[in-house]
Amino acid sequence: MNLALAKTDTARALSDIFAIARDRLPGAGPVADARQRAFEAYERVGLPHRRIEDWKYTDLRVLMREVLPSAAAPDAAALKRAATALKIHAIAGVRRVVLVDGVFAPKLSELDNLESGLGIRTLRDVLEAGDTGLHEQLFAPENFNSMVALNSAMMTDGFVIEVADGTALTQPLHIVHIASGAAPAAMFTRSLIRVGKAATATLVESYIGAEAAKAYQVHDSLIVSIGDGARLDHVRLTEDSREAFNVSSAVVTLGAHAHFNTFGMNTGSLVSRYQAVIAVAGEGSRVETNGVNLLNGRQHADTTLLLDHAVPNCTSREIFRAVVDDRGHSVFQGRIIVRPGAQKTDAKMMTRALLLSDEAEADNKPELEIFADDVTCGHGATTGALDESLLFYLRARGLSEKEAQALLIQAFVGEAIEQIANDALRELAILAAQRWLAARG
Amino acid sequence: MALLEVKDLQVRVEDREILHGLSLTVNQGEVHAIMGPNGSGKSTLSHVIAGKPGYEVTSGEILFKGEDLLAMSPDERSAKGVFLAFQYPVEIPGVATMTFLRTALNAQRKARGESEFSTPDFLKKVREVAKSLNIPQDMLRRGVNVGFSGGEKKRNEILQMALFEPSLCILDEMDSGLDIDALRIAADGVNALRSPKRAMVVITHYQRLLNYIVPDFVHVMSKGRVVKSGDKQLALELEASGYAQFEDAA
Repeated sequence: MNLALAKTDTARALSDIFAIARDRLPGAGPVADARQRAFEAYERVGLPHRRIEDWKYTDLRVLMREVLPSAAAPDAAALKRAATALKIHAIAGVRRVVLVDGVFAPKLSELDNLESGLGIRTLRDVLEAGDTGLHEQLFAPENFNSMVALNSAMMTDGFVIEVADGTALTQPLHIVHIASGAAPAAMFTRSLIRVGKAATATLVESYIGAEAAKAYQVHDSLIVSIGDGARLDHVRLTEDSREAFNVSSAVVTLGAHAHFNTFGMNTGSLVSRYQAVIAVAGEGSRVETNGVNLLNGRQHADTTLLLDHAVPNCTSREIFRAVVDDRGHSVFQGRIIVRPGAQKTDAKMMTRALLLSDEAEADNKPELEIFADDVTCGHGATTGALDESLLFYLRARGLSEKEAQALLIQAFVGEAIEQIANDALRELAILAAQRWLAARG
Repeated sequence: MALLEVKDLQVRVEDREILHGLSLTVNQGEVHAIMGPNGSGKSTLSHVIAGKPGYEVTSGEILFKGEDLLAMSPDERSAKGVFLAFQYPVEIPGVATMTFLRTALNAQRKARGESEFSTPDFLKKVREVAKSLNIPQDMLRRGVNVGFSGGEKKRNEILQMALFEPSLCILDEMDSGLDIDALRIAADGVNALRSPKRAMVVITHYQRLLNYIVPDFVHVMSKGRVVKSGDKQLALELEASGYAQFEDAA
């Protein structure tokens, strides 16, 4: 059978892009081979579409249509635009590392005087060096789905962060993804963070666009391993251009007695998909994964989580909130797997959506797959409008319709934001929500 | 000029007419009681004055300080000085009482072109009023009315009344769900706010509340209109004879 005959024009274009890019992408030998295998894995499926169950609500063939060619490395003007965009989203007191158009931007980053126990290298350096152990970790999730495979094939840069055993990082790390240019292009990035045994770290990821940047594509992935007794606090804020596409994946593994507190907020992008696979592989561990989608216009945001309980005595909590106005579309898919023998698992998932217009849409799909008999698992999902009686009470006290809505929306998403353990990160999320509410008018 | 003039008001909810030509005039400094059996339209009147959606005014008008109240949004009415103390104050989880109070006060002041309250002045004022109403500080830190008892909810309404300093207070069934001690605290709070510059409309089913908040005028409502008006003696007569005579009269 001739596969090439079945290819669409856009798929053929992407094959050409890969064929041209392959020799310039970082990493030779086994890395190049791994890229080739990943690209073939991508090509077997192509852009995921609605007939693939996991992508039922987010048909990338319709929404994204094609994968754009990789962005050119940023020139001085691009870096200047990125620096301007960064000013609005800079966070005080963090160690910041920046990717502009998918390429490490040393002048915008702070890599000097690293705390003891902290190592940061660029993905490009790691791929070009001969550390096969790290390469294996970096390519491990290639078959998770076709968008991850594509990311494996095309990734240009990112960060490989290592926190040594027993190290308690005092300064949060902040990875900032900036799209600088007006030319529609794609960025393929991947980062890895390894939190050693009994170590603690805080990671913030921001996705932003410079003013000129419009319909660009972000293809990112994050690989996380949290060692025994370690803890990672993680916040991701997607504030991309409102015409942008963002497809990001996270693959997280926890050891024993480890703790992962993660929170994601989507206010930007035209179409975004965040898919995370969190595997609890050691006993006595705890995961809190929470998120908020704040959408209007024609924004589409999909959060798809898989929590995999493979061992006994672990706890997981998922709280998700969506606020959808105009013709926005929010998708939450949360699957919890409790594998045979993972007794005493305590897993709960609650998702609620607030629809602010008749044309807004929210799809909630919670799924439990339980193969152990001594567990506490539950899920709930609700969708509704703002309570008229609460709105009237606030308006009778002098708040305008928008002010009353804003107060109730903040309260609604507050239930998810409150789950952020770190005070400074919680404040960041509150500010991001307030920016969205302010932009709403 | 009267503070509030309700003229021949007819109001429908869906297909039912609830008020059939109600008129009422309230001047500055006066306290009016509106009494009547369940279903006579007392709460409808309070909702229409405050601007609650879902009521259709088919005829008549409401003037507040000479302006067309029905043309204003609920928040505009509030900024102009209309305050409705709700029969059933809602619980708003996730909105801290202090945040709510400050947002509301500043929204009203902004609408009137006044400067916002400074944080220390605001806190001082809230604490003073809260203390006089026996409202503990921890109540102010909780979500609006969340987990409050019936008495606490009503005291929170009076706290807002004291803070916002409206010129017209409408108290909708303030006594419902309160025991005698809670009623006394709430009534003391209301009495402290009586002023020559402020009018009150006290809506109640029972005469009991009027022992604590003594009105200047009493109106009896039945079947959507005022069927009798008088002074505080009228409330006592009603207590003795009941509403039945008026139901027939209407």
